[in-house]
Amino acid sequence: MFSDFPLWPVPASSGAGNVDALFIFLLLLGGFVSLAIFVMIVMFAVKFRNRPGHQAEQIEGSVPLEVTWSVVPLAIFMVIFVWGAILYFRERTPPREADAVYVVAKQWMWKLEHEQGQKEINELHVPVGRDIKLIMTSQDVIHSFYVPAFRIKQDVLPGRYTTAWFHATRPGVYHLFCAEYCGTSHSGMIGQVVVLEPAQYQAWLSGGITFGSLAANGESLFQQLGCPTCHRFDIQGRGPNLAGIFGKPVQLEDGRTVLADENYIRESILSPNAKIVSGFKPIMPTFQGLVDEDQVTALVAYIKSLSRPPSGAAGPAKPAPGT
Amino acid sequence: MADSPPLAVEHDEGLHHQFVDREQQRNAASLGMWLFLGTEVMFFGGMFCAYLIYRYWYYKEFAAGSRSLDIWLGTTNTAVLICSSLTVALGVRAAQMGKRKLLVLLLLLTLVFGLGFLGIKGVEWYDKYVEHHIPGASFSAQDLIEQYPQLHIDPAPTQIYFSLYFAMTGLHALHMIVGVGIFCFLTYYAWRGRYTPQYHTPVEIGGLYWHFVDLIWIYLFPLLYLIDRKPLK
Amino acid sequence: MATTAIPVEREHYLNTDYGIRSWLLATDHKRIALLYLVTITLFFFIGGFFALLIRLELLTPAGDLVLADTYNKLFTMHGQVMIFFFLIPSIPAVLGNFLVPMMVGAKDLAFPRINLLSWYLLVGAGVLMLHCIITGGVDSGWTFYTPFSTAFSNTKVIEAGLAIFIAGFSSILTGLNFVVTIHRMRAPGLTWSRLPLFIWAHYATSIIQLLGTPVLAITLLLVVFERAFHLGIFDPTRGGDPLLFQHLFWFYSHPAVYIMILPAMGVVAEIIPCFSRKRIFGYSAVAMSSIAIAVFGFLVWAHHMFVAGISLYSAMIFSILSYLVAVPSAIKVFNWTATMYKGSIHFETPMLYAMGFIGLFTVGGLTGLFLAALGIDVHVTDTYFVIAHFHYIMVGGAVMGYLGGLHFWWPKISGRLYPEWLGKFAALTVFLGFNLTFFPQFILGYLGMPRRYWEYPAEFQVLNVLSTAGSTILAVGYVLPMIYFLWSMRYGKIADGNPWGAAGLEWKTTSPPPTDNFREIPEVSWEAYNYDEIPSPAEVPVGR
Repeated sequence: MFSDFPLWPVPASSGAGNVDALFIFLLLLGGFVSLAIFVMIVMFAVKFRNRPGHQAEQIEGSVPLEVTWSVVPLAIFMVIFVWGAILYFRERTPPREADAVYVVAKQWMWKLEHEQGQKEINELHVPVGRDIKLIMTSQDVIHSFYVPAFRIKQDVLPGRYTTAWFHATRPGVYHLFCAEYCGTSHSGMIGQVVVLEPAQYQAWLSGGITFGSLAANGESLFQQLGCPTCHRFDIQGRGPNLAGIFGKPVQLEDGRTVLADENYIRESILSPNAKIVSGFKPIMPTFQGLVDEDQVTALVAYIKSLSRPPSGAAGPAKPAPGT
Repeated sequence: MADSPPLAVEHDEGLHHQFVDREQQRNAASLGMWLFLGTEVMFFGGMFCAYLIYRYWYYKEFAAGSRSLDIWLGTTNTAVLICSSLTVALGVRAAQMGKRKLLVLLLLLTLVFGLGFLGIKGVEWYDKYVEHHIPGASFSAQDLIEQYPQLHIDPAPTQIYFSLYFAMTGLHALHMIVGVGIFCFLTYYAWRGRYTPQYHTPVEIGGLYWHFVDLIWIYLFPLLYLIDRKPLK
Repeated sequence: MATTAIPVEREHYLNTDYGIRSWLLATDHKRIALLYLVTITLFFFIGGFFALLIRLELLTPAGDLVLADTYNKLFTMHGQVMIFFFLIPSIPAVLGNFLVPMMVGAKDLAFPRINLLSWYLLVGAGVLMLHCIITGGVDSGWTFYTPFSTAFSNTKVIEAGLAIFIAGFSSILTGLNFVVTIHRMRAPGLTWSRLPLFIWAHYATSIIQLLGTPVLAITLLLVVFERAFHLGIFDPTRGGDPLLFQHLFWFYSHPAVYIMILPAMGVVAEIIPCFSRKRIFGYSAVAMSSIAIAVFGFLVWAHHMFVAGISLYSAMIFSILSYLVAVPSAIKVFNWTATMYKGSIHFETPMLYAMGFIGLFTVGGLTGLFLAALGIDVHVTDTYFVIAHFHYIMVGGAVMGYLGGLHFWWPKISGRLYPEWLGKFAALTVFLGFNLTFFPQFILGYLGMPRRYWEYPAEFQVLNVLSTAGSTILAVGYVLPMIYFLWSMRYGKIADGNPWGAAGLEWKTTSPPPTDNFREIPEVSWEAYNYDEIPSPAEVPVGR
């Protein structure tokens, strides 16, 4: 029954060791401080216990001591803060060249889609040794994508994209949990992350059923919805030319500048009038209700692919598997 | 709060047993009311915070929603409330000087202004009901979309504007109703002659409350009615 | 000091009047305190019952005791009942109500009828909550996160929200009464620097109650409106922002932790000097740290949201502010420990609880440092690590403080002594049971077991079994005092005015005190904790 009784989670990502290091530091520090306090309490309790002939000695306090035990802890706290902030900064900034996996959470399952088009449910296959960026959204309530072995967790919100990233270092099968309470089967919204050696991963990629790459699906959707009528790949369109905009700043009509990231593209599809690009008219209709989360994901992937130089000319790209 | 009748024998009757003297009793009552108003600031503060964020996000919709409010009724209501604050202030003065009839008259006037405010507010809400601007299933922003095509507004954020409009003015009106209740009591006891130059703490702290509710409106009026009234291009 | 009068004949607050009316319409702060005591004890056992069911369900990895929906309701209502109907009123409304007027040398709180009103508000809210529990319950989590609570849950969110809304006003009015009483009704000579630290702690608590609770009230009201009328303020499909809800919610609910722990710190600061026969070490540091906690406590709320989708930079700001609020807590722990140095230490039950409090609060506080560290928080937030951390603060801290205080002042409240050996036994049981229940959860959390899980992977079972075993021991430790307190009301040894030889104005009147607390208002000419001037009771007259 108790076949497996771990006391420490497996570190399986490049970030896990760093988190563990700070955690161990804090354990040692916390252990030392608690021990010091316990020992003092016990020592005082024994040494100064009430007994005949023993009188308490009145001590008012001591300003130097108060200053010491305020300033020294504060200094230690600042060290912990900086250390923790550095780790967090790394956890929150995905490398530029990371492979994207799109995640759509719903009550109570994880839908994952690779750029190459592989779709998975409650299971994510990734190769060892590559940076993987997760672009996540929810169809209903707030969920949270949590892989303890990678020490990553990120809430997944409806109505916007949140991101997380990891770099798996050890092949194996790891838990994927939903960590934000989401209703009846919250505890059933679990899955696994399968980390494979690159060769195995290639085999897995070619073995699965694919529905065309995500960007390619996005492109056909782009055509179907009639987007190219306005968003032409020259300067004469009634809408902005979308080639190469991803990741670049966009000048808006009201003078602001925004970064064209996943959330911006998403918003421009669903609430086109929220941010009008400088020099254009707010004529685009909303696609809210006309496309579901998976389709928005495909469109976003397509528009991102338009900004990817290696796969050839400015035209719609077919990213090679494994980029 | 203190509300046993004060007598000429000004020692025990008006003084609650837990206090040492009248001075302490009055100070306690007034500090209590100030603290209560502090909590009210935080209460409305939560909504002001929500307002601030959404107005920043959805400026166009908020501007359109604001234009749909009747500025003349709003302005009249502001004037009515300012007048009521004046009568309250004069009433406290009358209580301090022991002018019973004047006090009753001023309190009655305050009540009239307060009820007038609520009446006008009711008319405004009714207009919103007619225009389908009450959030919920029957909400529609179609009239605003057609009326202000230049603004390119979305219905959902417009509904947020009206949600906040009704939450804020509704809770303000609830405070007005409580205020009217308090002033009914004050008027009754003033008429009975309970308040004297020595003892009129209830009038003072009731007045504090009234001024506070008035002040909330002074903020609500520009925030809700005057977002953008410039003529549109 | 102590009177030798025969208590049976002396008139005190308990025997001035009998009958239901005299209790239900009581304006005496001491009677209202007892009304609160009965009310929150009831809710403590309801919440505890839910906790035991949760622990039993988690005995095995499979969900085999209750249904998933039932389990979700159990942890939701455990949280709501324990936080809003037990912990927040616990020390302030029972011990604070009883002691604040006495400690400042007043006959009553400034507004006795408002005090009664706030009890009725709690009872009204409690009845509504019980109705909600009995007729189906609520499964939104005590945190009411939107859009789950407003658009997806099929349970009685509105009813629970309104119950907590009303309970909030009870809390606000209690805080208001305390602040006015402490400001305006201190006895002559009782300057701010002579106030007991229990009063300082309650002053700080009251400020949080006054400024924080209204924000919770408006937030819950908006949730109720949104659920009832589909407003869209927090619903992303209608343009709203669920993160705004979290900000508003934690703006109250983080300081609420200090509403629970600050009064317990006040209790400990009374007990330790008394049983060490010593002045408190660093009076002004301990007093000011209470105020500092109240102030900084309002600036750290978003540390609950590091993975919720807030920006990188706001996360860093809230992390560094969270470390600032840790400093005053550390100051307190060091000063309490230093107070024992060169004392003459007695080991009566209240002191055992106080020593237990320091230990458990230290662990709870230190693990707070883990959670404030951004990189660590990402891994352990929303896991059992957080559960263990806040139970160390709220149960290991606040409940230990509450029980310690109840034992310390029980002779004053009831005029009787509880059986000391049973008291010590219960204190040890609570301490051991608590650690066995919650320490394994730290390990579970770091291993990655998420909170609010009905089923869990089998490898987490051993630690969960330990935790469940501990919870049964803890339950025994909590039931025991309840039994012997009741027993002592009739059979306990009669207590004199000051059985512990404690400082503080409340010990300068008889036990139980007369309705007006003091024969005449005392005039204070001494500093707090003047234990050099108070003889230690040579033989503590406890019932053994």
